[in-house]
Amino acid sequence: MSEVKFSKEHEWITLEGDVATIGITKHATEMLGDIVFAELPEKGSNVEKDGTAGVVESTKAASDVYTPVSGEVVDTNQAIVDDPSKINEDPEGSAWFFKLKMKDQSELDSLMNKEEYDKFAKESAS
Amino acid sequence: MEIKKTSLNKLHQSNNAKFVEFAGYEMPIQYSKGIIEEHKFTRSNSGIFDVSHMGQLFIYGDESLTEELEKIFPLDLKNLKQNCSKYSFLMNEDAGIYDDLIITKIEEGYLIILNAACKDKDFEILSNLLGSKFKMNLDNNRSLIAIQGPKSVEILNSIINGVDQLNFMTGNWFDSDNQKLFVTRSGYTGEDGFEISISNDKAEKFVENLIEKGAQLIGLGARDTLRLEAGLCLYGHELDINKTPVEANLRWAISKSRLSKGGFIGSKKIMNQMQDGASQIRVGIKPEGRLIAREKTKIFDDTDTQIGEITSGTFGPSVNGPIAMGYVNKKFSKVDTKILLEVRGKKHPANVCALPFYKKNYVKGVN
Repeated sequence: MSEVKFSKEHEWITLEGDVATIGITKHATEMLGDIVFAELPEKGSNVEKDGTAGVVESTKAASDVYTPVSGEVVDTNQAIVDDPSKINEDPEGSAWFFKLKMKDQSELDSLMNKEEYDKFAKESAS
Repeated sequence: MEIKKTSLNKLHQSNNAKFVEFAGYEMPIQYSKGIIEEHKFTRSNSGIFDVSHMGQLFIYGDESLTEELEKIFPLDLKNLKQNCSKYSFLMNEDAGIYDDLIITKIEEGYLIILNAACKDKDFEILSNLLGSKFKMNLDNNRSLIAIQGPKSVEILNSIINGVDQLNFMTGNWFDSDNQKLFVTRSGYTGEDGFEISISNDKAEKFVENLIEKGAQLIGLGARDTLRLEAGLCLYGHELDINKTPVEANLRWAISKSRLSKGGFIGSKKIMNQMQDGASQIRVGIKPEGRLIAREKTKIFDDTDTQIGEITSGTFGPSVNGPIAMGYVNKKFSKVDTKILLEVRGKKHPANVCALPFYKKNYVKGVN
């Protein structure tokens, strides 16, 4: 599996072959608070880089989930739809959101590595 | 304008509060445990809420004050016993609601608890209506602390002996730590609990004492989910100047004896609406599934006609599902009526339901 990369919209992404797994970061969940609703893109649909690909709602507000890369949705994580609190518990592990078959792997180049993201998150939080 | 702070601000900070601006005040939305845990702790144990931003209006006077206030509020104040509280409204001539409030008859006159965002305007309106005959004091030197939940009576009684003898919607002055506190058995969560009016310089120590006895600080986030589960209105959401108490389904709060005779501001409109019915009415709404319908969500019938709008919607932690309140055309207001909620461009099924979503019994018969 590839190195984990991060977007400015607080999504993480890993690549295995040409299939990317995408979720939201721990930092994002801390900003959102208790997550109580998740909506995921439909399997088989195509999503475009930086477009919306789902929604999460906390007790406070709704937030769009963006996809950091383009591709066809090949799998979604029904477990987090059934129990959205799992997203707070393990956001960067078992609570992934969806898997995409990527078209253009060069889209990953503009994303941040862990160190860059941590710095970005710290700055954007303050 | 500089943001205002309550006398508990430092205590909130040291308890890792996340702050928001609310009605010009820096208020805690939540602490480190988060809204759901704070909500559940209040339901099972005892939560402390800083509600010092709310207005505490003391009006001093005798029977002539009661007579004047009966021209304003739809209450039978002449027959209200000392130390008893009533929920009421300040209205305009069209029965539009300026504010909702709790009024308590005290020995010296009345104490009225007002919403933070409305209190200055309320003071102006009441001053104009009452003239200069009565001394009025919107007291900024007192904090207001709520303690809510099943363990609250035991915790508070260990600090202020005798509060366990109060019935729901009554209050009294108590002496504690060489000062006079006004305590009412009331609240905004659907739980048994109390609100304590205390001088600003004693508030922090008092709350630290409550924490020591096992109560925990709860933010405005959980206050909102708790009150919504209890089916209680929030001014600026369910209530505003374009809504009447009849439309808000709060006719229970209007004293029966006042309904027949009228004589209070807005009484004509209210009497008309009681007779002819209001065209829109506040209802409880339960979305199917897990979908949350927030404020301003449009409500439709199955012919694509808009029939109303959501005024508050969230996830109810004790209900363990989404809950909402809103206004619908009267013919859709019956319990179990199927409606549709438009969220992010799609229509989702929901049902009109009875309020509250969550119910416990208040303490009525202690004395």
